[in-house]
Amino acid sequence: MAQNETIQLDHGAGGLASRRLLERVFAKHLANDVLAQMDDAAVLAAPGGRLVVSTDSFVVDPLFFPGGDIGCLAVHGTVNDVAMRGGRPLYLTAGFVLEEGLALADLERVVASMGRAAAQAGVKVIAGDTKVVGRGQADKLFINTAGIGVLADGLELGASRARAGDAVLVSGTLGDHGVTIMAARQGLGLDLSTRSDTAPLADLVADVLAACPGARLFRDPTRGGLATALKEIAEASGVAMELDEAAIPIAGAVAGACELLGLDPLYLANEGKLICVAPAEQAQAALAAMRGHRLGDRAAIIGRAVAEKPGRVWLNTAVGGRRLLEMLSGEPLPRIC
Amino acid sequence: MKHVDPYRDPALCRELAQAIAKLCRRPVRFMELCGTHTMAIARHGLASLLPPTLEFVSGPGCPVCVTSAGQIDQAVALAGLDGVSVATFGDMLRVPGGQGSLAQARSRGGDVRVVYSAMDAVDLAQAMPGRRVAFLGIGFETTAPTTAAAILRAQALGLDNFSVLCLHKLMPPALAALLDGPDLGLDGFLCPGHVSTVIGAAPYQIAAERGLACVICGFEPVDILAGALMLLRQLDEGRPRVEIQYARAVEAQGNPRARAVMNQVFAAVDAPWRGLGWIAASGLAARPEFASFDAAKVFGLDLSEPPEPPGCLCGQVLRGLARPPQCALFGRACTPESPVGPCMVSSEGACAAWRSYRRED
Ligand code: SF4
Ligand code: SF4
Repeated sequence: MAQNETIQLDHGAGGLASRRLLERVFAKHLANDVLAQMDDAAVLAAPGGRLVVSTDSFVVDPLFFPGGDIGCLAVHGTVNDVAMRGGRPLYLTAGFVLEEGLALADLERVVASMGRAAAQAGVKVIAGDTKVVGRGQADKLFINTAGIGVLADGLELGASRARAGDAVLVSGTLGDHGVTIMAARQGLGLDLSTRSDTAPLADLVADVLAACPGARLFRDPTRGGLATALKEIAEASGVAMELDEAAIPIAGAVAGACELLGLDPLYLANEGKLICVAPAEQAQAALAAMRGHRLGDRAAIIGRAVAEKPGRVWLNTAVGGRRLLEMLSGEPLPRIC
Repeated sequence: MKHVDPYRDPALCRELAQAIAKLCRRPVRFMELCGTHTMAIARHGLASLLPPTLEFVSGPGCPVCVTSAGQIDQAVALAGLDGVSVATFGDMLRVPGGQGSLAQARSRGGDVRVVYSAMDAVDLAQAMPGRRVAFLGIGFETTAPTTAAAILRAQALGLDNFSVLCLHKLMPPALAALLDGPDLGLDGFLCPGHVSTVIGAAPYQIAAERGLACVICGFEPVDILAGALMLLRQLDEGRPRVEIQYARAVEAQGNPRARAVMNQVFAAVDAPWRGLGWIAASGLAARPEFASFDAAKVFGLDLSEPPEPPGCLCGQVLRGLARPPQCALFGRACTPESPVGPCMVSSEGACAAWRSYRRED
């Protein structure tokens, strides 16, 4: 592929150019037996059990950031949503909206990254679609993915299942993704040495479930961060949450960047972390399972669900104070000075 | 959050809180002039460590909050001009003026870009010779010198497509206006650490002369509690004065070099403050020799102040005379997603801080 080739409107017109793009980029990196059939729809053997289905669209600026890119994010985001319900992700579909003028090399880098991420997550991309829009009608590249997984019989996990007395765990440091994206955006000439944590979480969920079969729910705190996710869980379950700030893992570089930019790490997005609510007596087992997994080595028990004042999330601050956490409103923005 | 940070040491915080409780024998009210203090007090839950007789109220210390609606309208007008790119800090995007916000201007096709420093805006102008880049200069004495330095740099580079819409404000005239205004029922000020690195201790003398305790304070929990204790001690001794708690960053004479750069490029002008009205010599404008960098002059923008939205209590909130929930619009018509007043926009604004981190009720 020539170094400076770009996406043209032709590439989306369904003719020869579309076909060549499909072969040279998509088929090359996402190939598998189902996709190879090149039919209008994929035919899959019914996996048995219940299906878990999720979809999400990915628009991220910049496309490439320390620790990842929009491609692996589009895989991880969707397989993680399936995994949070306890599902084992099997298949993905991928739809692309490309802006005319996008460098073909950038597209290939993104698709290659999706291919690697899918292989790592153990899912096949079984259907896809590409549209090209004129310059200025989209921002470089948008991806929509849908995920399909299977759920073992008897497994019931969900946001409304937390009970007073349960322990609240997180699988690792918070805010890494959010602060990295913020830092990577145009203009911020700072090297914060933070990296996105984007990663597939289904294995981690499986390990925790094996050690802690009574786990009530998993949640990946993406947009809105830990605070927003816990607030939603508290409201859905009719319990309050009490968190210990000193126990919440935050990487040093992230804490430093948050100080600098006036951001609160509890509200920043994560793409490779999960929250688990588990019965108190199984909490240590869940913690050990997380810590035994590559993606959970900084896991921690950060608080508990309590009965009083349902729907609230309290933070016992590291300095001994106490305050309420609310949902994120608006976009987190860095402060002026 | 594992800060092995002496300024967040819980044992020290507890000790300070106990000393404060012992010394606080009557109701006292301190105003934090700086939005970063407002935020830090809320974020660390410091109110829950303090005796109920000690109250912190927030003052006009966040530059976003005090930017007037007319000034926002000027920025929105700039964003509507052909060939003009407005470069702004992110906080300013959602502040409503009389004609909407910059975010709305952007959604109508205006070229509005978020930058993280004035120098980034200069770089942008250099990178886009075909467009005119107007930077929204905002902030107190903390940021004004960097805007001045950006203008000097643009001049040195010979850029003729860079200008600044100067919304900068000066802290001492606002303090004077507060003191001359209606009685605020205050016992002292927690003075802003960042601003004071530039202006030093002298400007707060006018408050001390009127019997108000003043402590220039850092932003960590231990700083703020130590600052509160110092304020209480001054009251206890009956000797209000200006003290520096934040000695690791602030020198009594401030930073004369930063002030010199600021004064080389800018001169004080009368300026409108959201909720507080016009305050004499409280704003900055480019000196005549830098007029070609003054966006208001270059683009012929006039300043007309639209009326405050009905029901908005921002003016009272900014003076510490009303608490955010006392505003009829708070949390109803006015939310962080669709703010009516600027105090709800900036993360350092009193209403936004109250919304995100309201104390235990
Ligand atoms: S740090 Fe600067 S912008 Fe923030 S509140 Fe203090 S003076 Fe204002
Ligand atoms: S609630 Fe809104 S309108 Fe009322 S004082 Fe606060 S910012 Fe102003």
